Amino acid sequence: MSMKQIANWALNTVTQRGASYADVRIVDHRQRSLATKNGKVGHAGSAETLGIGIRVLVNDAWGFASTDDLSREAVDKAAAQAVEIAKASSRVKEEPVRLAAEPAVKIEWSSPYKIDPFTTSLDQNLDLLTRIDAELLAVKGVTLAESSMQLGRYEQWFYNTDGSDIHQTRVITGAGFCALAFQGTEIMKRSYPNSFGGQHQNRGYELIDELKLLENARRIGEEAVALHKAERCPEGRMNLVLDSSQLGLQIHESIGHPIELDRVLGYEANFAGTSFLTLEKLRTLRYGSDLVNVVADATEQHGPGLGTFAYDDEGVQAQCTPIITKGLFTGYISSRETAHTIGETRSNGTMRAEGWNRIPLVRMTNISILPGDKPLTFDQLIAGTDDGIFMQTNRSWSIDDKRYNFQFGCEIGWEIKGGKLGRMFKNPSYSGITTEFWNSMDAICSRDQWTLWGTPNCGKGQPMQTMGTGHGASPARFRNVKIGTAYKGN
Amino acid sequence: MLTQSHAEQIFKKIKKFSTVDEIEVIFSSTDFSLTRFANNTIHQNVAEVNEAASIRVAFDGKTARATTNRFDDEGLKRAVQSAESIAKVQEPDPDFLPMAEASGGKGTAGPSRSSDQTAAITPGERADGVGKIVAIAKKNKLVTAGIYSSAQTAEAVINSNGLSVYHRQTSAEVSITMLADSSSGWQKANSPDVRNVDPVRLAEIAAQKARDSRSPQELPPGKYTVILEPAAVLDLVGFMFWDFGGLAILDQRSFLNNRIGTKLFGENITIVDDVAHPFQSNAPFDGEGVHRQRVSLVEKGVIRNIVYARSTAAKMRKSEYKDKVGEIRVTGHGFPLPNEMGEAPTNIVFVTPGKEQTVEQMIAGTERGILITRLWYIREVDPYEKILTGMTRDGTFLVEGGKVKHGLLNFRFNQSLIEMLNSVESIGKAVRASGEEAFDMVVPAMKIRGFNFTEVTKF
Ligand SMILES: [Zn+2]
Repeated sequence: MSMKQIANWALNTVTQRGASYADVRIVDHRQRSLATKNGKVGHAGSAETLGIGIRVLVNDAWGFASTDDLSREAVDKAAAQAVEIAKASSRVKEEPVRLAAEPAVKIEWSSPYKIDPFTTSLDQNLDLLTRIDAELLAVKGVTLAESSMQLGRYEQWFYNTDGSDIHQTRVITGAGFCALAFQGTEIMKRSYPNSFGGQHQNRGYELIDELKLLENARRIGEEAVALHKAERCPEGRMNLVLDSSQLGLQIHESIGHPIELDRVLGYEANFAGTSFLTLEKLRTLRYGSDLVNVVADATEQHGPGLGTFAYDDEGVQAQCTPIITKGLFTGYISSRETAHTIGETRSNGTMRAEGWNRIPLVRMTNISILPGDKPLTFDQLIAGTDDGIFMQTNRSWSIDDKRYNFQFGCEIGWEIKGGKLGRMFKNPSYSGITTEFWNSMDAICSRDQWTLWGTPNCGKGQPMQTMGTGHGASPARFRNVKIGTAYKGN
Repeated sequence: MLTQSHAEQIFKKIKKFSTVDEIEVIFSSTDFSLTRFANNTIHQNVAEVNEAASIRVAFDGKTARATTNRFDDEGLKRAVQSAESIAKVQEPDPDFLPMAEASGGKGTAGPSRSSDQTAAITPGERADGVGKIVAIAKKNKLVTAGIYSSAQTAEAVINSNGLSVYHRQTSAEVSITMLADSSSGWQKANSPDVRNVDPVRLAEIAAQKARDSRSPQELPPGKYTVILEPAAVLDLVGFMFWDFGGLAILDQRSFLNNRIGTKLFGENITIVDDVAHPFQSNAPFDGEGVHRQRVSLVEKGVIRNIVYARSTAAKMRKSEYKDKVGEIRVTGHGFPLPNEMGEAPTNIVFVTPGKEQTVEQMIAGTERGILITRLWYIREVDPYEKILTGMTRDGTFLVEGGKVKHGLLNFRFNQSLIEMLNSVESIGKAVRASGEEAFDMVVPAMKIRGFNFTEVTKF
């Protein structure tokens, strides 16, 4: 049975039962997940899941039903259930759902990769992880070493009643490690290349080689131990330089989420929250300084980010939308349903679902800050800074439900004095108000310092969906930032 | 819904596809529906049917797991082969234990958590419930957002040592936010039995909170007496229970390292893990099918015991910590193997010391303080001192002279949990509560002195 035939059963059933629009996604998702702890296997497993999700509009209201059973009987049943659910939805509504028009397309697309990660041997995968652990544990004072690797293949067939037929496959690779050092009354931590699982991209196994994991393990272990001897990061208003991974998370939390148009419109008010970016702020709000240029870019040209695809999960082509242009707030990320609320006639293509059993939601694609035009290396950035703190690698992150007030903790900080990096600081943190912070940015490094980071674990929606998003960034400097709040009073 | 006998049949088939010594399968079966509303409209409305088999093989001190939702021969065979190949390349683990014996699953016939009324809920009935919530919003000139969900789930653990345990349950949940121009209110509740969840009552309380917190005023950050409603207590304390496991101690990542047996919290803090408690939920067995025992975690502020999976208990008995960690026994709190987390207690019950106060009584006895409905975006700043940061949300009020005065702009806090549980002035009756940052628990409201707010946001 072809996927198209299965989808047609569903589309025929819902059309006969009164659906004015419907789309069907069949997803086959396979993963390999490996982790080691102190050189021993932590978790080791594979997972695969296959199923169909059917989304329908009936009486101008939404219904969705999904099943893991692709038999004709089960698909027809789920299709009928989706219609029944939509009819129930239509009993409690204020406004009809209005979908922006979208042309039908037929396309096949696969994310490019050099080495199919599933062709690499498990031996090879585990060997790398245990060798990293050994390097970390070779450092006296490291009390826990953990390494992990995730390999994934996400294949989706999309069909809708407009006639679209979109077959896409994304190959995803990720890896990272961390060292913990417990001493006295403190647990110190260093991670590489990023915290919470490392770096993740729409790439093949070639990414693992490029990350130079083993080569960095010794240094990371030593830093974790050295933090115990470091002074606590001072408190006060100071200049702040962030590494690109922390800046990536800063973008995610204080730009990526507030620009979600469904959030702005109140769709997430009960769970994730709303947004300070109310509609009148579009093209009027000074989001940041002149140097702040941010895009939402799902196209292949942007790079192999976790937010790269050919078409989104309601059949809209990947696009690049200017979000902040020379500091001015210029765009939201939208869907076919929400586009009209900002006067647009087309969605900018950001609807994404976690799997066959979830509906697509407005989701970050690759939300990236563009690098500076003028050449500026990290060393030059530091050399141009009289005093301040340089912070690396996220440790804690928190932001309010309208995305104004944030506080981030990092794993390690360094004093900047007279254009040079000096003493190490432990427990660095900074806090602020989103727009004030972005308006204080006065330098950003150029393209050669820019990394497209992957956040694999962004949560949104009820039932909760986890999504991978991309965030390109290069190191940047912010003036007069509030530093050290996390330990204030403690 | 998957039955135990059907699961056992599939297990036999899976066993035939494998050549290894030991095999274990965790079956899960879900029939889940969720009606979601915002702007007084049902805007998302979803249903899911799914069944999965998570297959673990073990031989020669090696183990691995493969999960699939494809129950045809080809799908099951592929999963078995995948688990076998991931296990094969491993180094043998000298600490490796054989799978649990059949006797390990004994005692798992707990109270029924399955309700026919919950199982029978239709999309129409959920829409009716949402209709009533929207009517209350409109009556109060508010806008509402939230969910009404219902689910039936079944899980089973079956292994080649003859262990076979099964749990079936239902669940209904309602969460409501009421929004006014400058304020909001929130309530959430769930239960295996939908008759314990009253959307109208929850909507009325959320609406009142939204009304009463209109035009919030700004108070400077600093240390204040706070009254935390149960959902706020739950979301904070939830961050410490991941450290109440044996492996967390052995890995030296627990804030209880060097602290078991010491008095860490105030006299009025007593905590047990008890899956059989009438307000509790979920299966009475762990990831290996072992019966979850009742464990006394904290007694009058003293850290007494932690929980153990089978292999962790064995490791602990041989470790340098063995005389410093309380009683070492298999408690049935392990996660599915193989894993790096070990175990954790997830059926937390606060045992209150008597003289419980209602939130109203706490307010009446407060000269100056802050009433908090809910906390949000909580993250750990310091893992050993357990400093947490986060925000207040959806109903933060000034209490003065024993009365709720007016709404306040929301705060950011940076607060040590240890210090907080040493500063509890009064405690309410423990109730089943539900938040968004931690698993559901049986927790009381608490009045706490010197809660550390470090910043104020703009709403
Ligand atoms: Zn996120």
